[in-house]
Formats: sequence, structure tokens, C-alpha cells
Amino acid sequence: MDFRLSEEQEKFRQEVREFLEDELKQGLWEPSCDAWIMGHDPEFTKRVSKKGWIGLTWPKENGGQERSFADRLILTEEMLRYGAPAACHWFADRQIGGAIVHYGTEEQKRELLPMILRGEAYVGLGMSEPDAGSDLASLKTKAVEDGDYYVIDGQKTWTSGGGHMNWIYLVARTDPDALKHRGISEFFFETSLPGVSVQPIVDITGGEHFNEVFFENVRIPKKCLIGEKNKGFYQVLNQLDYERSGMERLMANYPLFAALIQYTKETKRNGKPLSQDPLIRSQLAQLKIEFEIGRLHMYRVATIMDEGRAPNWESSMSKAYGTAFEQHLASTAIEILGLYGQLSPQSKWVPMKGMAYHSYLSSKGYSLQAGTSEILKNILALRKLELPTQ
Amino acid sequence: MDLALSEEQEMLKTMAHDFLTDKLPKTVVKEIEESEEGYSPELWKEVAGLGWMGLAFPEKYGGSDMSFLDLAILLEEMGRACLPGPYFSTVVLGGLSILDIGSEEQKQEYLPKIANGEAIFTLALTEPSASYDAGGIETKATANKDDYIINGTKLFVPDANVADYMLVVARTEAKSKAEEGITIFIVDAKSPGISHTVLKTIANDKLCEVVFDQVKVPKENILGELNQGWKEVQKIIQRAAVAKCCEMVGCIQQALDMTVDYAKERKQYDRPIGSFQVIQHYCADMATDVDGTRLSTYQAAWMLSEGLPCTQEVAIAKAWAGEACQRVMALAHQIHGAIGVTIDHDLQYYTRRAKAAEVSFGDASFYREIVAQEMGL
Repeated sequence: MDFRLSEEQEKFRQEVREFLEDELKQGLWEPSCDAWIMGHDPEFTKRVSKKGWIGLTWPKENGGQERSFADRLILTEEMLRYGAPAACHWFADRQIGGAIVHYGTEEQKRELLPMILRGEAYVGLGMSEPDAGSDLASLKTKAVEDGDYYVIDGQKTWTSGGGHMNWIYLVARTDPDALKHRGISEFFFETSLPGVSVQPIVDITGGEHFNEVFFENVRIPKKCLIGEKNKGFYQVLNQLDYERSGMERLMANYPLFAALIQYTKETKRNGKPLSQDPLIRSQLAQLKIEFEIGRLHMYRVATIMDEGRAPNWESSMSKAYGTAFEQHLASTAIEILGLYGQLSPQSKWVPMKGMAYHSYLSSKGYSLQAGTSEILKNILALRKLELPTQ
Repeated sequence: MDLALSEEQEMLKTMAHDFLTDKLPKTVVKEIEESEEGYSPELWKEVAGLGWMGLAFPEKYGGSDMSFLDLAILLEEMGRACLPGPYFSTVVLGGLSILDIGSEEQKQEYLPKIANGEAIFTLALTEPSASYDAGGIETKATANKDDYIINGTKLFVPDANVADYMLVVARTEAKSKAEEGITIFIVDAKSPGISHTVLKTIANDKLCEVVFDQVKVPKENILGELNQGWKEVQKIIQRAAVAKCCEMVGCIQQALDMTVDYAKERKQYDRPIGSFQVIQHYCADMATDVDGTRLSTYQAAWMLSEGLPCTQEVAIAKAWAGEACQRVMALAHQIHGAIGVTIDHDLQYYTRRAKAAEVSFGDASFYREIVAQEMGL
């Protein structure tokens, strides 16, 4: 047992911090909550790519660095701590690249991975549909073979990153007659193809991160199929374990936490800094405790991946835990700010750039995306505790 | 980073689990709890024979030269088995404190006695103020030639009814700061002037009131430095808090396992209640709390074991464990239904111990304040 990171890993953390500090000093961007999913900054992504920080864990033969998942966790932890605008490459780096490395043909690896490594693939995740949310296997979007092509028809919704995407990772039905889990395949293709249209969905923060995506007679070459035909659902389950495993499930609104601590030190009430109020000290300490417990959950998942195992119930546990923490953080932040907490980022008098307002509303979705907390607890109950289904 | 136990540690865990399961069916736990002594002298000898008393002592003091982390594993299994008796008091509060701050002479005198099961130790720290702050220490030790004379009342002293020795924390000099002028003494528990009353507690353990009336202690029995005792007391509390967390991990792990087993067996509406999502989610919540407690506890135990500064990690572990245990036990009871609130069911042993553990060696509020200080608030 050793809870320490290696000297090299600490050095790496330092290197990432220095890079981000330098970016901040140059005023290239401002820290913000949800920047991993809403901070679209192609130039930032290019600079990250130049550092070699996309595809960190991929095999060297695929252009990666074969570094550990703990290393990648350190990288993402710092990106999130600084609220860096990493949305352009996040999905491609986190799960799509990995899926291609795992399931892709040699040709796909040769063609697609360099583009991801260069930070040029802004990927949307085409999974949920109006009638297929938690029950993803009920999806209806069709992919029908037609010569050298598949023809896609249907609709996706809640497509993360849809507004900025140039590529989409799509899950579609390829065998309508098979059992619903067994007739699904995965595809990866450019969204500039005729027949793809995108409609943003305005969320409760006013943001347009979610989208509806429509496919009308979209013809994609057969080489866009990733992995085995009709085995897509099982590939998705595996990818979701990775999608749920990251620090973004604990630190999406970390800049709020840092700003809140600072605010309580600098803001006086009744002649004393808020940070000296016993109740506020207790609230902030409780958040810190919950955060550190969450961090241990996250690092555990990374060590499991570094042992060569897919994170299974462990990532379900860490995601459900982490998003509950983030919601607690946002809610407590508004409570501590009091009347000021209700002010929107555009308002006169708003403290902390409105991060508390934004985060409170935004965090409602954290426990829904990539597996609702209820689905995750089902997974825990069935896979870890082996409780019966009937 | 490596969060797994070593092969040897896994073996220790299995051995401890098997031994304690074998020796401590709940009928035996009940018998011991209800006995006047609160421990079984036969089992005590067997435990000493296994080398568990001196597990974390160096060989030269009769120990096995293993680490605090190894001891943590043992404590987890003791928490799982509800081992009653003065193991914690003797080894964690007494032995490790002497090992940490005692003089070479004191180590040579006391540690082998602990290791071979001859001596029972405890710590007389808290007083009627029931706080772990220096301000709570009012018991006085007054210098008198080659001795000190101790007067005062200690409260919540574990196992004082059977202790051979007590580490007594007393005020040796009135100073303006509460943290100054405090000294720890090794006191022969059979000294004239010491009387005890066993308190009736939720965990059915032997917490005592101990009254010191003109108790004479030789000067050479000072443990650590005269008047500088408080910083050592803080280390003792810190170590005890982590050790208590280890027991709590075992306690809630067992409560979870019992609950999951029950949910698989108990049928209502012609199906196991564990097939209902609400029960599944309760169990998932319990498992998440158990794992969070385990991760933070072992982080703190590992850091203590390595001699790394860990004020924040210990505070996080104990604050978390205290509240997580309450959540886990509440759900364990909810799932067990009425059978779980009967005196003959095993669950109540864990419920009672978990509540006592929450307030022992600092509760969540106490440690949240420490975390706040560590955060620079």
C-alpha cells in the first residue's frame, strides 16, 4: 500500500500547473466551471496537443505515450482545478480515441487517431434519443446497409458537444429483428455529411451544450463502423465505464470551490471575515472532506485501470458519489453567499462571476449525464453486491 | 500509488478474520460484555500468544516488528468481530504511546509486558468536560520531593476496571495557555488513592470514572517531557482516532455484508427484498460509504505508519467515518426491518459500537474545525 504519487508523477503535475499558470498569466482564457464540456477553445486544444497531452495513455504505435491512467488523472485534475477550456478535445481524448485503439481496424487507427492527437476532432456523443435515455438499448436510429454504405435515419438528443462538433460518435440499430441489445452498432463519421442537422437545446443555465441531432438519409461509408457489427451495445457499456471514471465527475465546478474559499476569507460580515464564522468553517470543511473522499474514489479507479482492468462498479460508485458532492458544493455556495448567491453572471453586484448561480443550475444535470445516479446504483447493487433482479 | 494490501497483509487479515470468527460468536461477545471484567482472560492469553499485542513493537521489546498499517488490518477485523476488552486501550493507547515517547528504560520495562499479555494499560485523558481540548485537563499533579501527587477526576477512561497501568494526563503547572503545563504520567493502577466506577454505556464497554485522591507517582514515571505533554497527547489522540476508524471500517463492512445477505434471503411479495430497487439503492449507498471510509482510513493509517505529517488526513478520516457509520447503520436497520431491532439479533452490536465510536477521540465537528484550520480558514 502506498498512497503517494511517484516523484515523476509529482513532476508531471508541476509541469501541467506551470503550463496552465503561464496560460493564465498571458490572459489566454479565464477559469470557469464546466470548462471541460463548455469551454470550446481550439487554440488551447492545439497547445495541449503540442505538449503531447492528448492520447496520453494510448500505445506508442498509435501515437500515444503509453503513460498510466493515474498520469492522465493528474493531467485532468489540474485542467479541472484551473477551469481550463478543454472541451474541444475532451471527448475524443477520453473515450473515442480509446475506443478506436481498442476496437478500430488498422486503417481506422491510421486515419483517425492522428487527427484526434492533433486536437482536430471535436466529437459529439450521439447516444440518447427521445425514447431511449437510461434504457439506451431501446434506441431507434437506424443504420441500413446499402452497398458500400450505411444509411442513417433517426434522431439523437442530449448530444453533448453537438453545437461544435465536426465528428460524431453514433450508436444506431443495425439489426431490427435481433433482441434489442444485440442489434446495435457504433459509427464514427464527419457531421458535414449531407442530411445531418443540429438543433441546440437551451439548458437551465442558458447554455447550449446539449443538442438534438437529426439524421435524414445520411450515407456513410462502411469503414465508419467501429468494432463489430451488432456488438455495439457491449462496446458502449465498456466505454461508459471509462466515461464515468474521470475527475470531471468530481471537479467540474472546482473553480467555484476555490473562489468560495477565497471569498469567505475576503468578505466581512459584522466586522469579521466570513471564514471565521464557525458555521461557515464547518460547511467548508465538510465540503473539503467530501471532496477528498471523492478524490480517493477517483484515484482508486485509475489504479484499477492501470492494473489492466476495466473500471466496473468502481466507476459507477465514484461517479454517483462525485456528482452528489458537486451538487452539494453548488448548493452550499449559494447558501454561504446568501442573497448574493441568486445573482446571475450578467447581474450587477454578482460575486465570483456568477459561478455559484451557474454551477447550482448546471450541477442538476451532472447526476443525469453518462448514467443517472439511479442507474449507477443499480450497477453497484447487481455487479458489486450481487443482489438479485427478481 | 498502490491501494492494495500486500500478500502478507492479506494473510494477516484472513488469519485474524478466521480466528476471531471462530472465537467470538455473538453469544460469547454477549457473555464477555456482561461480565464484570469486560474481557476474557483466556482469549487475552491466546491473542498474546498470536503475537498481536506486540504486533507493531520492535523485536527487542518482544514485538513482531510489523507496522501500524499491519495493526490497522487487525483492528479492522476486531471491529468486524466486536472483540470486547482492553486490546485497544493496552496496545493503541498504552503501548504505542510508550513506544513513541517513552524513554529507553520505560520501553524496556513496559513493552515486553504488554507484548506477552502480562499488563493491561489504558489512558486517563478526558474529564467531566468531556472534551479533547487541553482546556479540559484540570486534574493536577503537584511536585513533592521525588514524587508527584495526583488529584482529580477522569471520566470515560476505558478499561480502568482491569488496568494494571494508566497513562494519566495531568496539569503540572498553571500557565496562561491551556496547552502548556501538561504532563503525562505512567501510573500503577493499583496505587493507593485510585478508585473507579464503571459507567453504563451504549456500547456495553467498560468506560470508567476514575478518581485520583492524593495518588503518589515517582518522578521517573513521567512519560515524555515535563510540562510539554500536550503535543504528545495530540499525537496519542490522532493515533487513537485512526485506530478507531479501523474498527469502524470493520463494523460497517460487517453491517453491510449482513444486510446484503439478509436482502437476498428475506422474501416479501414472493421475491427477495434485495430485488427491489429501493433496497438495492440503499445497499449501494451503504457500500459507497463503506468504501469511502475504508479509503480515507487506510490513507491515514498508511501515512501514520510511514511517519508522514497527516493532520488533515486523520481529521478527514475520522470526521467522515463518524457520520458515514451512522448512515450505514440507519440503512442496515431499515433493510433488516423489525428483526434488526431485537436484542437477540447481531445487528445491535454494530449499532451500539458505531455510535460510541462516532464520539470517541473526536467527533465530526471536532475534526471539521481541524480541517478548516488546515484549509487556512
